[in-house]
Amino acid sequence: MIALSMRPCGDFRTTYKADTQIFETSTIRGVTIASIIALCFAPLVLDAYYLTLFIQISYLAIAALGLNILVGFTGQISLGHGAFFGFGAFASAWFTNTFAVPVWISIPLAGCFTMAVGMLFGLPAARIKGLYLAIATLAAQFIIEDFFARAEWFSGGAYGAAAESVSLFGHTFDSDESFFYVALFSLVFMYIWGSNLMRSRDGRAFVAVRDHYLSAEIMGINLTWYRLLSFGVSSFYAGIGGALYGHYLGFVSAEGFTLMMSVQFLAMIIIGGLGSVQGALLGTIFIVLLPEVLEGLVGMIAGSGLVEQGSLMESLSYFKEMAIGLVIILFLIFEPDGLAHRWKQIKAYWKYYPFAY
Amino acid sequence: MNTDLLLQLTVNGLIVGLLYGVIAMCFVLIYKSTQVVNFAQGEFLLIGAWICWSTLVWLKLPFFVGFLLTLGFMTLFGILIQAIFLRPMIGEPIISVIMVTIGLSMFFQALMKWIFGTAPASYPQVFETQTVSVLGMNIEMAYILSLIFSFIMMGGFYWFFRYSKMGLAMRATAFDQQVASSLGISVPKVFAASWAISAMVSATAGIVIGMVNGVSDSLSFIGIKVFPAVILGGLDSVIGGVVGGVIIGVLENLAEFVDSQYLHVGNLYTIAPFYVLLIILTIKPYGLFGTKDIERI
Repeated sequence: MIALSMRPCGDFRTTYKADTQIFETSTIRGVTIASIIALCFAPLVLDAYYLTLFIQISYLAIAALGLNILVGFTGQISLGHGAFFGFGAFASAWFTNTFAVPVWISIPLAGCFTMAVGMLFGLPAARIKGLYLAIATLAAQFIIEDFFARAEWFSGGAYGAAAESVSLFGHTFDSDESFFYVALFSLVFMYIWGSNLMRSRDGRAFVAVRDHYLSAEIMGINLTWYRLLSFGVSSFYAGIGGALYGHYLGFVSAEGFTLMMSVQFLAMIIIGGLGSVQGALLGTIFIVLLPEVLEGLVGMIAGSGLVEQGSLMESLSYFKEMAIGLVIILFLIFEPDGLAHRWKQIKAYWKYYPFAY
Repeated sequence: MNTDLLLQLTVNGLIVGLLYGVIAMCFVLIYKSTQVVNFAQGEFLLIGAWICWSTLVWLKLPFFVGFLLTLGFMTLFGILIQAIFLRPMIGEPIISVIMVTIGLSMFFQALMKWIFGTAPASYPQVFETQTVSVLGMNIEMAYILSLIFSFIMMGGFYWFFRYSKMGLAMRATAFDQQVASSLGISVPKVFAASWAISAMVSATAGIVIGMVNGVSDSLSFIGIKVFPAVILGGLDSVIGGVVGGVIIGVLENLAEFVDSQYLHVGNLYTIAPFYVLLIILTIKPYGLFGTKDIERI
């Protein structure tokens, strides 16, 4: 929770403007813009496997940023983010199926709808905090999950709901190559928005609530409102991410949005760095790639003939779960500020090389 | 109105509720003395039940030997978990501590699934008779066993905290760590002891439930069901945990009754405690017996 205030040695700012810039230097800005432009050409070069990974990273990273705004920036805990993600997916499918809303409108609409639900479940947060809030959101997770299974009018019950592909100006984004652009645009848009939100009055209020809520309240910040708003913004991001997920897969079923998913989102922001916008992205990349790397490793061990091949590949899903659990623990013990902080330190080291200490 | 069913479900609720109460007690024990919210409580049940099962089925040991072995293992396990994973987290923000226990829970749940598989396994027959008749109702022997177990555990806890030296040390540590350590109480020892006791008692509860329903990874979900119980009773009250457990157990079964007789929505059984949890948190966040957090500026 101290990621913002912990700057590596020698890395200081002299003006407020420099402190609040999205990109610290013009080089970083240039590199970021160049890499986004380079990514636009990725579908021409990369095969479907990498595109799928990228799309997966984008919709998860959007939701992870939402959770980071709630947990990392406002200091509230949520164990129900996976359920909100699912709610966005179902809501968007519901809008398009029932009211024939075009998909590109239904995605933000689903975001707003999820925001309303998030604020409803955030209501207890006005009074409670810390671990009580964690348990309240845990209850929200189970209640929403139960709602998915029960509300056939909304989610199609046990059968799930079909979700149309995104289409705009007569063009349908139904292949990996074309959906890649939808994912990329949403990712960039939501991250710029998130970064800017954190530079606004509301963003500073979030940080103040996290750092010392009593002082924040004395300085005129309405605690109840900002806690609720933070829940709302976080659910909005989850809803957008979920809606993208639904329209990408073309089908939403209730099984996926379990407590396990909520924990994975938490793992992403802890590994990436609490209270850091780029941390949410780094953490998502880490968590998405971890099972892939693991699969490769297990495949290698199985291929070497040391152990029975079948049994090892069968247990792969357990290995993935174990690895995620272990990674959460290891990061919390050895690098509690996450990858973003480590990245900053590496940068600072080279910036002042050889004078850094 | 189906009175027989209602009565049967209420009795079931009481028995299950007492078991919840025992687990809630273990949860509160850890929270009170070490300020750690243990999301891995359910995994203690799971691991204990599987270890005992493996000593009985794989090693073919008699029940009491296997049981004692399990207790020994769980004591060690609890101490190691505390020393390796939770001790570095002292002084860290609450979300980090919660996340460590969630990580532990995920890890061990997957590990148990990997070693023992996902199919439920039943215990070998330990008792001769299956059911006994009490006041005209047929009650399963295993239920009687779990009832006896719950009362023994609760009595044991009462005696332990009231009269034993370690129990007194624990209460002192829960009250104020600095004062306790200046009076010569070894706080790390108290921490280790509370994790060991909690793991041991939870494992026993896991074995009892395993005897009734068979061992499967659904045991770890009980660790989550404990939350409504402890919140209802108050997070830092041992008695509150027991009362909350009983109330949640009965409520679950009453929800089942209402569901099966009138509403027919299905699955109200598992979800009702969480609605109750949300309601309690909005109107009385510190539970029935919990101490209110008073903040000073």
